[in-house]
Amino acid sequence: MAITFTLNGGRQTVNVNPQTPLLWVLRDTLGLTGTKFGCGMALCGACTVQINGNAVRSCVTQVSSVAGKTVTTIEGLSADLSHPVQRAWMAEDVPQCGYCQSGQIMAAASLLAKTAKPTDADISEALRGNICRCGTYAQIRRAVHRAAEIKAGGGKA
Amino acid sequence: MNRIERVSRRGFLGSVFSAGALVLAGRVLQLHAETSSKSVTFQPNVYLGIEPTGKVIIVAHRSEMGTGNRTSLPMLVADELDADWKMVTVEQAIGDPRYGSQNTDGSHSVREFFDVLREAGASGRVMLIQAAAQRWKVAPTECETALHTVVHRPSGRRLAYGELAAAASKLPVPKKEDAPLKARSAWRYVGKDMHLYDLADICTGKAIYGMDAHIDGMVYASVEHPPVLGGKVKSCDDKEALKVAGVHQTIPIDPFKPPPAFQPLGGVAVIADNTWSAFQGRKKLNIVWDSGPNAEYDSTQYKDELRSTARKSGHVIRNEGNVDEAFAKAGQAIEAEYYVPLLAHAPMEPEVAVADVRDGKVTIWTCTQNPQAVQAIVSAQLSIPKENVICHVTLLGGGFGRKSKPDYVAEAAVLSKKLGRPVKVVWSREDDIKFGYFNAVAAMYMKAAVSEKGRPEAWLQRSVFPPIPSTFDDVNAVYGDAGHLGQGWTDVPFDISNLRVENGPARSHVRIGWLRSVANIYHGFAVQSFADELAHRAGRDPLEYLLELIGRDRVLDLKNTSYTNYGASYDVYPVDTARLRRVTQMVAEKAQWGKRKSGHRTGFGIAAHRSFLTYVATIVEVEVTDQGQVHIPRVDTVVDAGTIVNPDLTRAQFEGAVVFGTSVARTGEITATKGAINQSNFNNYPVARINEVPRQTNVYLVDSTAPPAGVGEPGVPPFIAAFCNAIFAATGTRIRDLPVGKQKLV
Repeated sequence: MAITFTLNGGRQTVNVNPQTPLLWVLRDTLGLTGTKFGCGMALCGACTVQINGNAVRSCVTQVSSVAGKTVTTIEGLSADLSHPVQRAWMAEDVPQCGYCQSGQIMAAASLLAKTAKPTDADISEALRGNICRCGTYAQIRRAVHRAAEIKAGGGKA
Repeated sequence: MNRIERVSRRGFLGSVFSAGALVLAGRVLQLHAETSSKSVTFQPNVYLGIEPTGKVIIVAHRSEMGTGNRTSLPMLVADELDADWKMVTVEQAIGDPRYGSQNTDGSHSVREFFDVLREAGASGRVMLIQAAAQRWKVAPTECETALHTVVHRPSGRRLAYGELAAAASKLPVPKKEDAPLKARSAWRYVGKDMHLYDLADICTGKAIYGMDAHIDGMVYASVEHPPVLGGKVKSCDDKEALKVAGVHQTIPIDPFKPPPAFQPLGGVAVIADNTWSAFQGRKKLNIVWDSGPNAEYDSTQYKDELRSTARKSGHVIRNEGNVDEAFAKAGQAIEAEYYVPLLAHAPMEPEVAVADVRDGKVTIWTCTQNPQAVQAIVSAQLSIPKENVICHVTLLGGGFGRKSKPDYVAEAAVLSKKLGRPVKVVWSREDDIKFGYFNAVAAMYMKAAVSEKGRPEAWLQRSVFPPIPSTFDDVNAVYGDAGHLGQGWTDVPFDISNLRVENGPARSHVRIGWLRSVANIYHGFAVQSFADELAHRAGRDPLEYLLELIGRDRVLDLKNTSYTNYGASYDVYPVDTARLRRVTQMVAEKAQWGKRKSGHRTGFGIAAHRSFLTYVATIVEVEVTDQGQVHIPRVDTVVDAGTIVNPDLTRAQFEGAVVFGTSVARTGEITATKGAINQSNFNNYPVARINEVPRQTNVYLVDSTAPPAGVGEPGVPPFIAAFCNAIFAATGTRIRDLPVGKQKLV
């Protein structure tokens, strides 16, 4: 079945089983491997993408449900690291192994789009669905605050 | 003693280097080879190349799983070479025994290669200076290096490294004494923070992990494994599976011949044209299993067995004074039993491998901590020579020891051979949790007789755990091996005249393997908890009591034991109680121990532990709510890991260790019923999330010129014990069994 949606700013049509989770369409069909597989049950957040701006677990999102919607993956956030969240992630040296970080970044970007100056409680609430087994949570928290500052400064910081 | 030589750019490195590159290779000669170094074939494990473009290429022969190897090891080379870090490129090595061991585990990459990498850099720098001096027809002594450039001091002339590479590549390698290392004060990179080499790729989603490997024409496989170790397929009905869109076929995989080692577990593979179809097809398989010899294994019953064994005499591992006599004289003794369950690694990236078998060769792309183990098992499974197994190493989405064990890679190779085309085997999270090489379940029995002041006059400790060697010898291996007994057990650092360390036997029913910190987890928990128990019983301050137990400054005499010291020289890395004392005193200062008293559901706990040659002391503050929920407002940890290469990455390892320890202590538990593992995903094997971890973790690195030691693992053990000691201080509830989460605290 042909399903059409907006992916990272471009029009995308895929012809797959409509029940296939978006995660596997992105990874196996379209070769966008920045979005990661971690649990398959929306428990770890490694597969987080944005659908119409909301952070969503792509491993439990049937591709048919995104027809006509706007999907953004880590590859579409910015290719040149210019997004405030990416800049903050670099500045705070967040990653260790890095595997969960696409999901963390997408969840953080979604939080900041809605909450310009998130509190620690906001960050916990928005990111508690994203596991980092290396334990970079302190850096993630700092980076989200920094990203908020970068954004508030009109992209300068 | 190390050797540096110039090598051909060709050879097994293939096309990494171009014509005109200066390529140097360095070799760490192992201790046992030192005496006969002249007869040892030169097999470099470190490669460094300077290209005519000025690009410096460093071959990373060890894996990157988040500990920063691909950054810290090249920093050592670049520093001595006086290279511009921006010009450094890291190439990941394939598996090849000519690199020496590539097994990235045991927290030893920096300590093992600290010298040879710097020596390779220094040799290159001398050769570039010589090449410049020849070009200018001046004495090399008139030349020096500035960043990526050779400078002729008298004339101010300069030549960039790239312009000199071709000429330098024709020069002999200087003798070691002619290529002196920089003074510590001249270090450009070492000891300073440096961003992770792969940082930008990670933040843009471009970094390639095993999960992202792709070969044209590959199919996807998901394997239904026998639920019980050693089980076999009795019958398999795949009719429904084959109806799933995208599924091509099913393929049986033979059960392993014991011992399991790194062989595939067996079962049935579903082959499909994408991962999802393979997963779906697998759910439709109707398999009847013969569960085999471990069908009756029940972890609750097994716990009782371990504890019962721990109460009986075992093998004596270390003996000081006369413990029996001292106990008899004391009359009264204090006993305590501790327990730590099986633990799973659960790296964020499940196990995954791509294999392409063709023309008698196998090409593999995978996330592995040990590409040579991949070569060995694939060679054995396919009956082809090891050198025909080409193992490319991707980034690893976490490892923690699990990805040293390449059973999943062997599956991919076996399937590719059967199919005659490339295959990607993708493990689900359920596969990862259920089919781990678990950290051993362990029971510890502790006994002490104390003086009036509460000081131990006799101390007996006995551990029982199914040993890691049981994975490789399921018949004979029942006692702990020297290496893992040496993880916080044989080397108990307390100054007690009558002290005996024992170990009892345990047979394994699952695959046991090493997991971040390994035996230090359960040994450190028991020793540091029992010390805290004795302190409280004596009405003493736990810090003061711990310092008294550590006792006078000395090097532990372990000559009469089997102590292996993490494979390092005991002369270079002795167990030095002065360093343990110092980190303990420092953490007390940093956390302002004693300023706030424990009680009213707030508690402070302390523990100190040496592992992987590094000394760590940790203080944990907990708050326990009326509902018994535990919050961790603050953790302070002081680390003496000798010379630090990259402070920022090192601190990150210890912050991460606290998070890893939080998972172990609060919720880490794998159990089994009728031989099958009960846990399956992050819902029933929870790991710490951002809202559950310590709100503040302060890591302090001791400024030290001692030789570098491990940083990936040593943070975990003292955190766990200090956390449990803090819970006692807050609530009066002593944690003797992990995990904490199951227990009623208030």
